[in-house]
Amino acid sequence: MISRNPQSDLTLIGSRLRKIDGLEKSTGEAQFTDDLAFAGMLHGKILRSPHPHARILSIDTSEALAMEGVHGVITGRDMPVKYGIIPWTPDESPLCVERVRYIGDGVAAVAAVDEDTAIRALEAIHVEYEELAAYLDPHAALEATTGPFIHEPKKEGWNGNITKTVKLEFGAVDELMDSSDVVVEGEYFFEGSTHTPIEPHCAIGHYQGNGKLTVWSATQVPHYLHRELARVLDVDVAEVRVIQPPVGGAFGGKSEPFDLEFCVAKLAMVTGRPVKILYTREEVFYAHRGRHPFHMRYRIGADRDGMLRSVDAKILLDGGAYASFGLVTTYYSGQLLTAPYTMPAYRFDSTRVYTNKPACGPKRGHGSVQPRFAFEVQLDKLAERLDIDPIELRRRNFIGEHTRTVNELRITSNGFLECLDSVERASDWKARFGKLPHGRGLGVAGSTYITGTNYPIYPNEMPQSAVQLQIDRSGRVAVFSGASEIGQGCDSMVAYIAAEELGVPLEHVRVYRGDTDFTPVDLGAYSSRVTFMLGNATIDGARKLKRKVQEAVAEAWECKSGQVLLAGGWAFLAADTERKMPIREAFNLAEAKFGALGSTGSYNTPKDVHGEYRGGTIGASPAYSFTAHVAEVEVDVETGVVDVVKIWVAHDCGRALNPVLVEGQMEGSAYMGFAEALMEEHVFKDAEHGKAGLHNAPSLLDYKIPTSLDTPELESLIVESIDPEGPYGAKEAGEGPLHPSIPAIANAIYDAVGIRMDSLPFTAPRVWRALRAAHEARELAMSET
Amino acid sequence: MSTSTEIVRLRVNGDLRETGVPSHFTLLETLRYGLGLTGSKQGCDKGDCGACTVLLDGSPTLACITPVWEAEGKDIVTVEGLGSAQGPHPLQDEFDLNGAAQCGFCTPGILCSAAALLERRPDASRAEIQEALSGNLCRCTGYTKILDAVEAASARLCALDSSREEIP
Repeated sequence: MISRNPQSDLTLIGSRLRKIDGLEKSTGEAQFTDDLAFAGMLHGKILRSPHPHARILSIDTSEALAMEGVHGVITGRDMPVKYGIIPWTPDESPLCVERVRYIGDGVAAVAAVDEDTAIRALEAIHVEYEELAAYLDPHAALEATTGPFIHEPKKEGWNGNITKTVKLEFGAVDELMDSSDVVVEGEYFFEGSTHTPIEPHCAIGHYQGNGKLTVWSATQVPHYLHRELARVLDVDVAEVRVIQPPVGGAFGGKSEPFDLEFCVAKLAMVTGRPVKILYTREEVFYAHRGRHPFHMRYRIGADRDGMLRSVDAKILLDGGAYASFGLVTTYYSGQLLTAPYTMPAYRFDSTRVYTNKPACGPKRGHGSVQPRFAFEVQLDKLAERLDIDPIELRRRNFIGEHTRTVNELRITSNGFLECLDSVERASDWKARFGKLPHGRGLGVAGSTYITGTNYPIYPNEMPQSAVQLQIDRSGRVAVFSGASEIGQGCDSMVAYIAAEELGVPLEHVRVYRGDTDFTPVDLGAYSSRVTFMLGNATIDGARKLKRKVQEAVAEAWECKSGQVLLAGGWAFLAADTERKMPIREAFNLAEAKFGALGSTGSYNTPKDVHGEYRGGTIGASPAYSFTAHVAEVEVDVETGVVDVVKIWVAHDCGRALNPVLVEGQMEGSAYMGFAEALMEEHVFKDAEHGKAGLHNAPSLLDYKIPTSLDTPELESLIVESIDPEGPYGAKEAGEGPLHPSIPAIANAIYDAVGIRMDSLPFTAPRVWRALRAAHEARELAMSET
Repeated sequence: MSTSTEIVRLRVNGDLRETGVPSHFTLLETLRYGLGLTGSKQGCDKGDCGACTVLLDGSPTLACITPVWEAEGKDIVTVEGLGSAQGPHPLQDEFDLNGAAQCGFCTPGILCSAAALLERRPDASRAEIQEALSGNLCRCTGYTKILDAVEAASARLCALDSSREEIP
């Protein structure tokens, strides 16, 4: 039932394998954070601001505190230390102290015997506000000249609504643009969207009499949470323990500390009892930290034969109320566009502004999905202008492997051409592109993405990922891993590697995980870093043990240790595979020779491969993944309804350690891109359409995400370029394959009906209006001639 | 406290269980907090996502919007009750084999919807499977592997049925 990989001497890696926690998850056994309960546990709730922008004049909690069943009430003054996931931009506090900045900003929190009592207690907290003018439109926020700004300006006279501006220029942009044979210009708008994991955020705090604080949380970043809890609550970091149960989906939406984690901890300290907070679905929408809306302008210049000469971008990012990862997002909006195509000159000018809406942050494909949409549509327009096949245009501009981008990112393995070939073949592109009946069309797009970042969020020289391993006398291997299992399968991945290296059956590997008290630090599930970094750390640790086992067996067999192979539950002699012993005996020999068998493994990124300019380290990754999609659409010209029939997804993941999981990431990514292209809009009311700043659709009924009936057929085509530095050659697969979905669909709509969709999402009314505008323009042109 | 507590008697996964819950509790709250059956999940608490789906007399039902007293006297099956002493339900095994559960949070509800379908139509087509699962949101998989897994389970159940028929 499980096929083996015939092309290498690896026995497990590359095979279609079960996940180690797969059955646990399909029997209901897996315990997520909200499935945990403790004796005496209280339930917490957070009071949220009804105003998009206001000063807090007073908070009276006395009535709530006096209520039967209420054990604790806290406000911002109880935790005034500011934090932020990026150490350079700490601009939020767990509960607001003096000012609220969006509808939904936390103001106070209660702990009570049950949820109902906690909800009633919130109603008994009286907050007096002084409303301030709210900024909902990023352009208005940018143009503001007088305060009160959303945050205090860093310097007198500056606009406090600006988080960050990045202007970078590489090569002679203007000169090469002016000398181009053709220049394509376009304006694009990428609407915001949110992660929508099916598990709402949840956390439990427990404070013991001896001063130890434990927090269980559905987080993607237990290590950063650990640090920030200690700092904000003024507790010694050595007294804090973060436990991460399996996480029910995240996609970037749980990758920084949230108010509930600080509140359960503080309330546990105040009440002396365990406290749980589970967000309502509505709160998940307001917590957000999702995709930034981008307003983008692109100019690209090219030669007559389609070779890019110059690229010029201007971008405005609508950031919401807090910085979150925004400093990085602003850099990523430009830095990650410079492959897989050669561009001799490139400039971007990106500004992120604050607005009085929930903060935006990193959603799958952080900061680079939006520019990729605009740029790949630009390329489609360029191909049309020059009458070059869009796949051929992309091939001609291929940047190559083992090279540097114009902004000095180091590219190693690169399977982008194979990706293009693969989708071209699978979609029968040559026979069908531009030739399908009106209403039906094909579109292509390509992309690249980082496999982790070379620099951690807070500067340090320590490993980015580490594991501990131990072998016991029963023949089992235990791995202690601090990596964040959010459904992508990293716990299984370490088990595959440990089994591969140490020759034990997969079912004899135990993975103990997600507990800062006994698992080494892994920085978290973000930036597509886990397989690459944790995988390398696991190889490192496992090979240290493997060498000991080989040495002990070699001594018994009187051969060289390199002659001893470990695989499938046995130790073999390479020259004579009839000579073997059960792996348990081999382990026992090693334990007799060396004492108890344990090891650590770690991985750190290369630190010498980036551009020597301010911001040159941002975007630097140990390896880059590459993707190409072809989308096929059917457009109903009467209604504007776009039906995405199929998406072919080719992705260079380096090596597929388990193809089942890689395909799962490719399909999930393409689905999520499709959803952003056609359906999702994370938007807020303005004063003309209700209460300004109120979420337009904070429910899973009104915020449309695709069902099994909406989702197109998805075909995964794995490309393996075998990266020189990846574990067995692997690179990322979790985020890259989202990028091309959106421009491929836009380009397919153009092939189908000849209209350019430069604003997301491509809903029926928008497509219908564009069709009508195109029709009217044609009529006008005909009447004029 | 203004809420009153009531004793409810429920037949869950074959067992007759009794527990005291606030009278406004939903079936989901009762299963999770009253009986400790945490396999059924709360994703939205308003009947939009399907993570709480259980079987009531064989029909997929959203436990988060079902008042608990409505379930009294009915046969309730949750994800914990899908398998048997002999092992997991073929759907559970195929979900594992096909990588149909990524984060696994929507999985219990999807399995209940799929089990009801295959009970009714063991040879369901892919389109019928898509239709039957359209009330269960999954955010990880893009549904492809879920549909593959249900198809594979369907094939196993059909093979099982036909092998039974051959034995006199």
